[in-house]
Amino acid sequence: MAGLELLSDQGYRLDGRKSTELRKIQARMGVFDQADGSAYLEQGRTIALAVVYGPHDVRGSRAKIQHDRAVINCQYSMATFSTAERKRRPHGDRKSTEMSLHLKETFEAAILTHLYPRSQIDIYVKILQSDGGNYSACVNAATLAVIDAGIPMRDYVCACTVGFVDDTPLADMNHAEESGGGTNLALALLPRGGQIALLQMDARLHQDHLDTLMEAAMTACKGVSKVLDEVVRQHLQETVILTGE
Amino acid sequence: MATVQISEAEKLYVVHGVRDDLRVDGRGCEDYRHTEIETDVVSNTDGSAKVTLGHTNVLVGIKAEIGKPKPMLPDEGYLEFFVDCSANATPEFEGRGGEGLGIELSNTLYKVFSNKQSVDLKSLCISPGEHCWVLYVDVLLLQCDGNLFDAISVAIKAALFNTKIPKVRIAEEEDGGKEIELSDDPYDCVRVNVENVPCIVTLCKIGHRHVVDATLQEKACSVASLLISVTHKGLVTCVRKLGGGSLDPESIFEMTETGKRVGKALHAPLMELLQKEESLGSKRQKVGFLG
Repeated sequence: MAGLELLSDQGYRLDGRKSTELRKIQARMGVFDQADGSAYLEQGRTIALAVVYGPHDVRGSRAKIQHDRAVINCQYSMATFSTAERKRRPHGDRKSTEMSLHLKETFEAAILTHLYPRSQIDIYVKILQSDGGNYSACVNAATLAVIDAGIPMRDYVCACTVGFVDDTPLADMNHAEESGGGTNLALALLPRGGQIALLQMDARLHQDHLDTLMEAAMTACKGVSKVLDEVVRQHLQETVILTGE
Repeated sequence: MATVQISEAEKLYVVHGVRDDLRVDGRGCEDYRHTEIETDVVSNTDGSAKVTLGHTNVLVGIKAEIGKPKPMLPDEGYLEFFVDCSANATPEFEGRGGEGLGIELSNTLYKVFSNKQSVDLKSLCISPGEHCWVLYVDVLLLQCDGNLFDAISVAIKAALFNTKIPKVRIAEEEDGGKEIELSDDPYDCVRVNVENVPCIVTLCKIGHRHVVDATLQEKACSVASLLISVTHKGLVTCVRKLGGGSLDPESIFEMTETGKRVGKALHAPLMELLQKEESLGSKRQKVGFLG
């Protein structure tokens, strides 16, 4: 790989992590009072804010109504100041539209939509600061927000991106590593059943390596799920203490 | 704007409360809600601030970029405003739903802040007629519960205070061309003088009285409101009537007086707070959204 050395001979990455190490994840549920559910998540220097409204009546065209399940409506947007170069519009460009669609598909796989026929669940995610792995930060934040809203899911959805450099998978890539132009695999996992909610890979990769890469991505997602579980339990504990039950 | 539905009885309750100088949440007519301010929350920006005013929550990020000065004002830089009414605040803003409000807000902010009385625009000039700093002020609405203007103005003042513009030097080349050199030291930067930056006070007329910092519920009871921007000296820089109803000249005069008094009192504690936060330097525990 030209330019930056993404993995040193000693096995350290640009920011000092080992190849399988995740970035520090910090999160908080229930950041806003007006929404039905909300969560804030920092994954290294990537910051995402997710808000959930619903389940409520289907808004807008009645043609969207599904008689046997809820409609999931996602909007992904990035703050204009979130990237190093200022963005001109926060949403509506092709990349955001694609990301919204991916999020929708991911959460359709995880939320028990058949419990809420003829209704709609809104998930809005905003990237406040972007440093690689935007999709995974969004999914992780949105999972917490959906839990905060009390909407039943099959399992946590945990997402992680994995790269592949010098025959070694790199977990949870940051912006510098992503822009290196190598392979980039994004995976959203329902960790308990090992079900995959979304899988996407850019750039080419030898088929022999795919298994290793998938394995690394699943391990990383399971790591994320542990952190999310911790956050949820802590949040519940605090709520219980506050309500005095 | 996000709206709430309110019944006749509730309306009467709010109006009678305001008449007796006691609002639904226990405040007097000239009291603000609990306010939290934190600067330097987004590291990708040159300056940022997050302001929470009751349930209203705004985030302001400022990015400085080198641009070309406007032909009419060759020796001044300028500010650009963009207000993003994101769907996070309310589902009504989804898609293009927040665009109207966003444009209304950003145009007003432009009138209030982007002039040489508020910000020293000459200090943003790099070389007259060729290069200047453009400050892109991006406002993000995260949660709306009334009084957006006041919250945004406080956040902008805090973010401008926090803004660090890198120092540049103009080097003359041998062939007569000019080149801009950026300082290598990231701590070598200039600050924006925020002394004269005004704060906005929005007054809502409810019954025969007026209140500052109205919640959405109170706003639903008011006929119209008046926006006043006031500097720390008590100088009024902008007055605007907002809302569908009408106001009589006498109440506009009264409201301006209150606005001046309240607005003037707003600056000193804000600056004190910002300076205190600044003096903590890198030792400060960043709270952000995790607190």
